[in-house]
Amino acid sequence: MDTFVQQLINGLNVGAIYALIALGYTMVYGILRLINFAHGDIYMVGAFAGYGLAYFIAAKLGLAGPSWAGLLIVLVGAMIVAALVGMAVERFAYRPVRKYSRMTTLITAIGVSLLIENLFVARYGGQGRGFPQLLQDDTYRLFGNAAISKSQILIFVVSIALMLLLQWIIYKTKVGTAMRAVSFNLNSAKLMGINTNLIITFTFALGSALAAAAGVLTAQYSPTIDPLMGITTGLKAFVAAVLGGIGNIPGAVLGGLLIGVAETMVVGYGANVGIASTYRDAVAFAILILVLLLRPSGLLGSTVQEKV
Amino acid sequence: MPKFLKRLVVAVVIGLALFALNMAMSKQGLFGVGIDYYKVDLIKMAGINIILAVSLNLINGFTGQFSIGHVGFMAVGAYSSAYLTVYCTQGLEEKLASMMGANAAAIIVFVLVILAGALAAAIAGLLVGIPTLRLRGDYLAIATLGFAEIIRILITNINKVGAATGFRGCVDSVTGVTCPDASMGRLTIPAYTNFMWIGTFAVITIVVIYNIVKSDTGRALISIREDELAAQAMGVNTTRFKVTAFVISAAFAGIAGALYGHWRLPHPADFTFVRSFEIIIMIVLGGMGSITGSILGAVVITILPEYLRSNPYEVVLLLTLIPIVAILLRVVGRDRLPKALRAGLGYYAFVLVAYALLFVIARLVLINVLSLDIQLQRVIGDISNYRLVIYSALLIGMMLTRPQGVFGGREFGFSWLKRAQRRPEGDEPSGATAGVSIAERDDPTSDPGKDLENR
Repeated sequence: MDTFVQQLINGLNVGAIYALIALGYTMVYGILRLINFAHGDIYMVGAFAGYGLAYFIAAKLGLAGPSWAGLLIVLVGAMIVAALVGMAVERFAYRPVRKYSRMTTLITAIGVSLLIENLFVARYGGQGRGFPQLLQDDTYRLFGNAAISKSQILIFVVSIALMLLLQWIIYKTKVGTAMRAVSFNLNSAKLMGINTNLIITFTFALGSALAAAAGVLTAQYSPTIDPLMGITTGLKAFVAAVLGGIGNIPGAVLGGLLIGVAETMVVGYGANVGIASTYRDAVAFAILILVLLLRPSGLLGSTVQEKV
Repeated sequence: MPKFLKRLVVAVVIGLALFALNMAMSKQGLFGVGIDYYKVDLIKMAGINIILAVSLNLINGFTGQFSIGHVGFMAVGAYSSAYLTVYCTQGLEEKLASMMGANAAAIIVFVLVILAGALAAAIAGLLVGIPTLRLRGDYLAIATLGFAEIIRILITNINKVGAATGFRGCVDSVTGVTCPDASMGRLTIPAYTNFMWIGTFAVITIVVIYNIVKSDTGRALISIREDELAAQAMGVNTTRFKVTAFVISAAFAGIAGALYGHWRLPHPADFTFVRSFEIIIMIVLGGMGSITGSILGAVVITILPEYLRSNPYEVVLLLTLIPIVAILLRVVGRDRLPKALRAGLGYYAFVLVAYALLFVIARLVLINVLSLDIQLQRVIGDISNYRLVIYSALLIGMMLTRPQGVFGGREFGFSWLKRAQRRPEGDEPSGATAGVSIAERDDPTSDPGKDLENR
């Protein structure tokens, strides 16, 4: 029981990170029908921006060592930097190819992903680097031997807060209404006087900021970052978006949590049924294929009638 | 000349050319002309990439199904053939060697092993293809990616093929350590693959895929690409043809894998989805649905990163000059050129000379006079670290400026040379560009993916 609770906590934790990244995938796909392969790398950019900011505030503002103010500055700053990067990617790479075929946009996305990765490898080297500690980490005993650390609580609190914020933006604000309109039908939205380009850029900014938050939170929890950290995590988050029903926002969160839990359960219990923990990375892909074959629209997605 | 004789001559010429290249790559060299070891490796890699790109083009370019898991089938081919070589063929090879000599025995065994690798990859293609080819567009892409990753992770977990450390030779399946002696299997995978094998199979791949595309099967595949529903309505069994194309494509990827596995020892890290992306970049660069385009793409993408390592400025300059020359030609206009340069070979020669001249001048100004390279080095450090950055930037630039690839859906042949000479003056549209003028000559056909998108 203890181990189960422990695995569940860890799983939900990883899942919350996947969910935050999956939101970006699902929003962009909902609007542009584009798999933004570079999104995982935006997550990495977020972590690196947090790293740079942490050293910057330590040197200039004297905020060395763990402090709440430092954490807040790093988190928000990284989100802003990543949002800017996301907007730049949309403006200079995706917008010019939007009129071309889907194949072209997909390959552009792959190109952007490779560009960001290689740029960071060239600039900062391929090896991992330690992320500065921003939070005095304590571990709290729950019951029995199950425990939760302060970083894990932070991940839960921040991700839930961000998801609620996103929900509010999408359903209660004018921009959110416009986003929903654009994702429903881009051309009609344009005819209704919505500045679709602006909305698309805003969507990229929003998704990138969420990914950056995920990046900083992960780096804070498991403190090594490297330029290629976004590849696998990004792919799994994408699987989460597909599992929940791509284009569906609550679906992305559900998918992320499910994949996170499934992964840690395989690590924790897989050995009992003959699945080695090294299969951890295969779990997400196995789920992906099952979903695509059994219910391609995902758990919460609605089936789209194909028009001829 | 009768057709079969013509073909025979072509086959003999290609065979001799391969043989000569192979000789040049060997230690003795060809009439004293040798190719150094480093270049030999690049040429061999280019050959394997040609097999991969041309076979993937059958699925992505001609059938219009976007697969990004090609490397999975390559992995199946590499590992299954290497497995057979290590654990099963030792006795057979010895028996054959006693009958016909060691060389012939090795050749026979290697052919058998390659075919087995192709078969294994084809079966994998069938198993992956039947369920996934029901999916469309992006979903198919992701499903193939998922399958390829699963194949790789499965391999990483099989001790008998070296698991995560790579397959070097016989491994004890329980403990995962290298066998103490050769009683259980070969201790190392023999390096059978030389250029002759790769070249021969590259030619076979090109010929087979070309003939498939030109056959009625190929017509059916292209009809699926153009409009799947319409093809279905015309009585094309789309599922069957899609699966057929997928299986053939996978089989050739298996051959490429088998060749790779007996050259460089297979390692799971060689078969990540990044490698699949690389193959896709090759066919996109050359032009989806163009076999010659895939060959060009494979060669360029193999060699480009290496040239970026040694001559980064020259490569970037050469590529950025292409659009500049195109614009200049348009500004000058063909009518203002002297008569001899207005059409045909004269024009091509003029474009080439102008391009080369511009390159030399630009290089002189930028590097020798302004010493841009030294200033850049001061800012960002060694530029060769940035070669992959330049490479990905070029890919994005290509997508932004010419998304249909260099050749679009057309093939590169030498017929344009004859046509260019026959063509009367002033007939040609002005403003053909340096690098792409050949492709732009014919009627532009639409980007193969575009029709899918419009549906």
